[in-house]
Amino acid sequence: MEHTASELMTVNAARLLRDGDVVFVGVGLPNLACNLARRTHAPNLVMIYEAGVIGARPARLPLSIGDPTLVSGALSVCSMYDIFTLYLQRGNVDVGFLGGAQIDKFGNINATVIGPYDHPKVRLPGSGGSQEIAAWANRCYIITPHQKRRFPEKVDFRTSAGFLSGKTERQAAGVRGGGPQAVVTDLGILEPDENGELILTALHPGVAVEQAVANTGWALRVSDQLKITELPGEEELRILREELDPTGIYIK
Amino acid sequence: MTKLCSLAEAVSQHVHDGDCVYAAGFTHLIPFAAGHEMIRQGRKNLTLARATPDLIYDQMVAAGCARKIIFSYMGNPGVGSLRILRTEVEAGRLEVDEYSHFGMITRLQAGASGLPFLPMNPTAAVDLEQSNPNIRRVIDPYSGRELIAVPALHPDVAIIHVQRADVNGNAQIWGILGEQKEVAFAARKVILTAEEIVEEDVIRSDPNRTMIPGFIVSAVCHVPYCAHPSYTQGYYDRDNAFYLEWDKISESPDAVQAWLQEWVYGVRDSLEYWDKLGAEVHNRLKVNPRLASPVNYGDY
Repeated sequence: MEHTASELMTVNAARLLRDGDVVFVGVGLPNLACNLARRTHAPNLVMIYEAGVIGARPARLPLSIGDPTLVSGALSVCSMYDIFTLYLQRGNVDVGFLGGAQIDKFGNINATVIGPYDHPKVRLPGSGGSQEIAAWANRCYIITPHQKRRFPEKVDFRTSAGFLSGKTERQAAGVRGGGPQAVVTDLGILEPDENGELILTALHPGVAVEQAVANTGWALRVSDQLKITELPGEEELRILREELDPTGIYIK
Repeated sequence: MTKLCSLAEAVSQHVHDGDCVYAAGFTHLIPFAAGHEMIRQGRKNLTLARATPDLIYDQMVAAGCARKIIFSYMGNPGVGSLRILRTEVEAGRLEVDEYSHFGMITRLQAGASGLPFLPMNPTAAVDLEQSNPNIRRVIDPYSGRELIAVPALHPDVAIIHVQRADVNGNAQIWGILGEQKEVAFAARKVILTAEEIVEEDVIRSDPNRTMIPGFIVSAVCHVPYCAHPSYTQGYYDRDNAFYLEWDKISESPDAVQAWLQEWVYGVRDSLEYWDKLGAEVHNRLKVNPRLASPVNYGDY
């Protein structure tokens, strides 16, 4: 079955979720991935939104992270201070999804500025919830198209921490979360090696290693156990197209 | 004693040039009508604080109301950038005081609790801390570990939209709660806007739902549809189409000024604005009821 790059990324991100995970969900593809996982292999996934919604069961695709459909039928609604303290800082969140304009070799993310902070060339939206999610969720996943400008060797600004300059530096900083576990792109999947450097661990069917290397801003190393991902299945694509994003806002 | 007055009176009496204003609401209950009233009354040099400036501050900055912005996510949620804010910040014309969401709401929690600051666990991402002198380190006196500290935020005026309130300002909110309660307690003055003004008995029938007590409220305004294009849970839907449309309008400064002329300066108040939106928009934003099961407080 034919599929788009967004569908490919969404399906592969969904497969990373485990049944019973408590997930801090973002809008867009992460939201689709979580809802897809809940309808397939992870029926007990608990979706948490930074607006303060716990156990959401959205009946429609929310455009914003604070859509009313997240509230109706949810398990609980609390203040933002509660969601960031009782749930995230306390260690009750298994998975966080992150995005950003730049992701570097050690999974650090820039969502703040391109160029110097005081005189930015491009002013980006900023952290939102991501600084703390990246630090305190047990596992973090990043979904992003594989483009050289998005994958510089070093980000202009560290909005949220990956492994800093290497795994030992993150460990020394004493943050509770495990850091980025995978970056899902439209070419394949990057995962941290024992030092926290992102290396190519999987390619999507039909993609060549050279494509991934050419679209990465550092000398991308390739795992000696490089895998090929499974194509999106018919049922996964049906759920995405018919149930989750019938007007094709995100998966076009 | 009734605190009921018009929104124009409340803004005129309680919002002054140079004030720090916090128009509350995380996506939900954003008091656009109050933002528009501040624009109509020509407020200047405001410090605008909100976790997510949203279109309300994009519009107020376009109208020349602000000199500084305190925020934690400066985007059009689910759409892209806030183009006006972005342009002003890139040009260095708007002062910036930036946090993560958690930093921002921790400032409010400290303000609301009467504390000078509150600590947070470190995140290992230090670039924002190094760019903002308000973000500092404190030593945990028990473990000796370093924590991150942010100072209390005390806005001069909080503007808070709610589903229902009585004339004394006892206010009930449901749906996404955001930072509404914390802002109300942190601010020096509170202007309340409400979809419905109800009898005190209605409030007393469900005390767990009361987020804001009347005695911290300065003014109560009856402003139906105050939040459009944001929404009020159970009353009307978020106008996502307008959030997408603003992305187009705000590509051109002329289009923005024309929009302000037509939809802010060109209408007397929020009711005229709502009427002007027309039946098609009203119908599109209608919400079917979904009632909670009643709870029994017991008759003691």
